[in-house]
Amino acid sequence: MIAIVDYGMGNVASVSTAFRRLGYEVILTDKEAELAKASHIILPGVGSFQAAVQEIEERGLKEPLQRLAKEKPFLGICLGMQLLFSEGYEGGTSAGLNLIPGTIEKIETDYILPHIGWNALDIKEGHEPFEAFQNKHVYFVHSFEARVDRKYLVASTEYGTEVPAIVKNENVYGIQFHPEKSGEVGVEILKTFLQGEAK
Amino acid sequence: MIVKRIIPCLDVKEGKVVKGTNFVSLRELGEPVEMASAYSKTGADEIIFLDISATNEGRQTMVDIVRETAENVFVPFTVGGGVRTIDDVTRLLRAGADKVGMNSAAVADPELISESSARFGAQCIVVAIDAKKYEDGWHVMTHGGSKDTGIDAIEWARTAEQKGAGEILLTSVDTDGVKDGFDIELTKAIVDAIRIPVIASGGCGNPDHFAEVFEKTDVSAGLAASIFHEDTYSVQEVKERCKQQGVNIRET
Repeated sequence: MIAIVDYGMGNVASVSTAFRRLGYEVILTDKEAELAKASHIILPGVGSFQAAVQEIEERGLKEPLQRLAKEKPFLGICLGMQLLFSEGYEGGTSAGLNLIPGTIEKIETDYILPHIGWNALDIKEGHEPFEAFQNKHVYFVHSFEARVDRKYLVASTEYGTEVPAIVKNENVYGIQFHPEKSGEVGVEILKTFLQGEAK
Repeated sequence: MIVKRIIPCLDVKEGKVVKGTNFVSLRELGEPVEMASAYSKTGADEIIFLDISATNEGRQTMVDIVRETAENVFVPFTVGGGVRTIDDVTRLLRAGADKVGMNSAAVADPELISESSARFGAQCIVVAIDAKKYEDGWHVMTHGGSKDTGIDAIEWARTAEQKGAGEILLTSVDTDGVKDGFDIELTKAIVDAIRIPVIASGGCGNPDHFAEVFEKTDVSAGLAASIFHEDTYSVQEVKERCKQQGVNIRET
């Protein structure tokens, strides 16, 4: 069973549909006990970093999520990916879940923002399960990005600057784009996460 | 590099996709969810629903369509038409729309843009501008392109951006329905005036028109309705033509 953290930030329907379509049982929850029972934890989210941190803290989920992320496969999507990092500067400075070292800052580019639309993935060396997605297009919608050491970078995209697209630290994964809105490619990427990079 | 988006638009009236040559004779084309799903599987980069229902029942039906679309379509979709209050925005986003378009109501009260943007983020707020050329420039038209507000379209686009719009859906009232190509002059004027993505709409009659608007302006996306619905051209044919002309598109 896959648990999707439902903490009041954005619609979780599309994300849960994508996993159901892959044949998994899905539960939407903000309860620690249910998260603890799941095989995988998904942290979605749309909106601002600071508001999301507040929602997580109000539900008493920060420490449980930090602990569970060390125990089982954990995936942050879009804002959920940004929350994996140490600190974010959207809406003021606030501390994230600190599962991947790095900060969330406004994209520095000459191009227009938000970065909205389909952009190509550049898969980094050493991430074989993701190699099939080299140059595939996925759907991005964001103005902030992760500033992260290259050793955590699985894939990036080009938008006048190198924008992190997939990040990974042990069993914690983050996807900046919307796999649930990226057609068949997006579904395949979710499948790759579920199957585990090691296999 | 980010690609240019090809977007089919579905006009929905009382729960059915229609093609309106005018508001008197509307021809039913099919089921919105099925059509959106079919387009998403054949290369559409995004789908836009425009609700032209005249009744409250029709608007409620649209919410059901949005919910069903979110479960069956795996590309982003926008819903516009009849969005008047932040409650309308909330209802459509909760039902699963990725973005909500607002037009006349935003002109009447630009705070609708800022309130919606502050609550849900700029990325899901699309301001639709219908523009028509007059001697002193382009005017913003409302009520389905019939009412001249006297507001300068370029100024309004700038205001919409400042208020927090994430994207502009720009329709030329002059070229809409003519099928002789997008309004290049208007599109260029708006795109060059603002720093958010613009979707060009109105006048597309064949794949060359998409290639043309992408070559001659920095527009982010192009929208068409009838050429797709009437099976005159497929999304794939449009993409192939664009690719031949060196336009960066998403291959599926």
